[in-house]
Amino acid sequence: MAKKFRSKKRAERTANAVIYIILTVISIVWLFPFFYLVLQSLRGEAGASTLYFWPKQWTFDNYIKLFTDTATFNFPRWYGITLIISVVVTVIQTTIVLVTSYALSRLRFRLRKPLMNLMLILGMFPGFMSMTAVYFILKLIGLTQNLGLIGLILVYVASSCMGYYICKGFFDTIPKSLDEAARIDGASRQTVFFKVILPLAKPIIIYTVLTSFMAPWGEYMFASLIANGDYDYFNVAVGLRQMLQRETVQQYFTRFCAASVLISIPITVLFFWLQKYYVQGVTGGSVKG
Amino acid sequence: MAQPVSELDYLKMTAWQKFCYKFALFFKTIPIVFLNFFKIKIPSAFKKAGLGFKNIGLNIYYAAKNGDAKTRTSFVIFGFSQLARKQWLRGLLLLAFEVLFILYLSLFGWRYLALFNTLGTKTSGWVVNPDTGIKELVTGDNSLLILLYGLLTIVFMLAFLYAWYQSIKSAYSAQQIVEARHHLPTAKEDLRSFTNEQYHKTLLGVPLLGLTVFTILPIIFMIFVAFTNYDKAHTPPSNLFTWIGFENFVTVLGGGLSNGVSFGLTFGRILLWTVVWAFFATFSNYILGIIVAIMINKKSIRLKKLWRTVLVLTIAVPQFVSLLLMSQMLADSGVINNLLKSWGLIDNAIPFLTDGKLAKVTIIVVNIWVGIPYTMLISTGILMNIPEDLYESAKMDGAGPVKAFFKITLPYMLHVTAPYLITQFIGNLNNFNVIFLLTGGNPALPFGYDTSAGDTDLLITWLYKLISRDNAYGVASVISILMFVLTAVVSLFVYNRSSAVKNEEDFM
Repeated sequence: MAKKFRSKKRAERTANAVIYIILTVISIVWLFPFFYLVLQSLRGEAGASTLYFWPKQWTFDNYIKLFTDTATFNFPRWYGITLIISVVVTVIQTTIVLVTSYALSRLRFRLRKPLMNLMLILGMFPGFMSMTAVYFILKLIGLTQNLGLIGLILVYVASSCMGYYICKGFFDTIPKSLDEAARIDGASRQTVFFKVILPLAKPIIIYTVLTSFMAPWGEYMFASLIANGDYDYFNVAVGLRQMLQRETVQQYFTRFCAASVLISIPITVLFFWLQKYYVQGVTGGSVKG
Repeated sequence: MAQPVSELDYLKMTAWQKFCYKFALFFKTIPIVFLNFFKIKIPSAFKKAGLGFKNIGLNIYYAAKNGDAKTRTSFVIFGFSQLARKQWLRGLLLLAFEVLFILYLSLFGWRYLALFNTLGTKTSGWVVNPDTGIKELVTGDNSLLILLYGLLTIVFMLAFLYAWYQSIKSAYSAQQIVEARHHLPTAKEDLRSFTNEQYHKTLLGVPLLGLTVFTILPIIFMIFVAFTNYDKAHTPPSNLFTWIGFENFVTVLGGGLSNGVSFGLTFGRILLWTVVWAFFATFSNYILGIIVAIMINKKSIRLKKLWRTVLVLTIAVPQFVSLLLMSQMLADSGVINNLLKSWGLIDNAIPFLTDGKLAKVTIIVVNIWVGIPYTMLISTGILMNIPEDLYESAKMDGAGPVKAFFKITLPYMLHVTAPYLITQFIGNLNNFNVIFLLTGGNPALPFGYDTSAGDTDLLITWLYKLISRDNAYGVASVISILMFVLTAVVSLFVYNRSSAVKNEEDFM
């Protein structure tokens, strides 16, 4: 008996050892690209890649040049554009998502179900195919070229009510008895929204803010089509990909790495700070059945 | 082929037979699901719509028959009855809308609507002016604007009809209220109802306006473009395009050659890869992610927080950064090849992203790197909810960890996270970023395929190239309609079977 127990313990220990090894390997594989990114951003030698791993010259030049040498690639401008877009998009998109979710979760009106079905169907069309039409609509309102930034923001937020699923799912879990109690006390639908639902919705608000803030930083399709090759209206994703084109990659790769680090740091910090809410959001949204 | 078998017969089968049986059964249910859709869902929708129209017709009829002078004037002058009955707000809004619409149609809309059936006949160009003998630039019709503004006008007209109906309906009901000597809502009460009974209109007004202008209208536009010959040779403003019926559909779905290039063949090839990719990308991430989560969740494993943080880093860093970086690292002269060479493991660079077949594998592997953390995050909480005694009794019955995974963990997870899996699959069908930023769709396909298509292109990246590089809007629209059909079929099929959508009310 004791022998069997010991062998069981030994099996457990080997299993754990194997798991530790796997997890360590995974961690290395997962961290390697980021480690490489930081390393390359500090490399002094030119070129897209070197035959050795560790840089021979360490320097901060790549970071400095991003802000001083802005003739071809105006990184500070791209950064500013993307930041402005993100902030504005975050504010508008969060409002729209909250409002739509509340209406679909709590209010009962005739077109509710058809509306939800419509949004489901619309979501199945490849988004950017309608880009030409959007472009001409923007032109009609006068929001291209100089005002392309506004146009881009409009495009991002215009269909954001279609992203109501997760938020509505959250609202659905808030007990209806709370609303009913408030309604009996004479509160209007609006009062219920502002005084009952919103105070309870902090996690989902933070989740929506976080995701809508992060999305514009990686958006490529719309941004590149609207900028239409004009470097002045690139966002960081389009701009950084431009740095890696065949003609420029040799000269700009290290600078690309530096720029990537500068973009990643604030977003990573923000993400880890609010990670708890993010996890709640994705798990809450994915589980329903 | 797959006749339903009795339970006893089923139990007698070998594992392989059981698998084949289930597989066949699965495909057998597909036509049934579709049949149900066409036989039950669509007729019932028509029936509902028919009833709705009947109601509208009846309302108009009664308003015309029983309405007094004020109500009847509302048939022509919107809001007249409301103004006459001192409902200033409603009356002014309706009247303003009518005036606006008439101005729009007469000053702007009718010109485009009149040309809608031909999409323009006058080409712009240089024409000699007979009086002066000098060449002058004549601006002709712009097919694109005609199509777009024509559609806009049609949408406006529908809105106009709706407003007309509202004007009559509310005029007649106001008349009835007055006749019954009840209290007629004043403008102030009307306004207040927008924070209460009609709050949904306040809330959804702006979002739905955005949805109509920037999503619905463009999608209708795109569907119309699919029936035109809008391409590089027919690009406004210098050229016109026009209706050509189903020709684009024939180009994409037929196997015909043009200039030695078969569009249909390219489409088939890319479609196949898109589906294969979506399948592997979704399930590899899903299963591997769960396994990683199980390993981290194991009771005796320490440093749980550390392992999770390391993985979550890929979510936190913007995806385009890591993907662009990966594309450089895996390039023929990238760091991975260089390292392997310097360690003497290989002599020639491995074409991770430049060989068609290998590139596909690389993309799926990189996608695993990108995707595992998401599944890990999602499944961590759910895994803890699986009752421990299930595993205990499985262990008692002699099941190893592998068997327990496939018999307990995976079915449980599949049951709970089905909606997540569907959205992942559909998202992967349209996964632009991973493909475009890693390979850009390259390497190019051999001669005989469409020149802008690459071996790793998904339908969506091909579409992007067709539009941004070739201006082949007509064909691209057809492809996106087909993509819609593909996604719709997948989701229709799955949503029909999952209970999550149907039981929405149960959740409250």
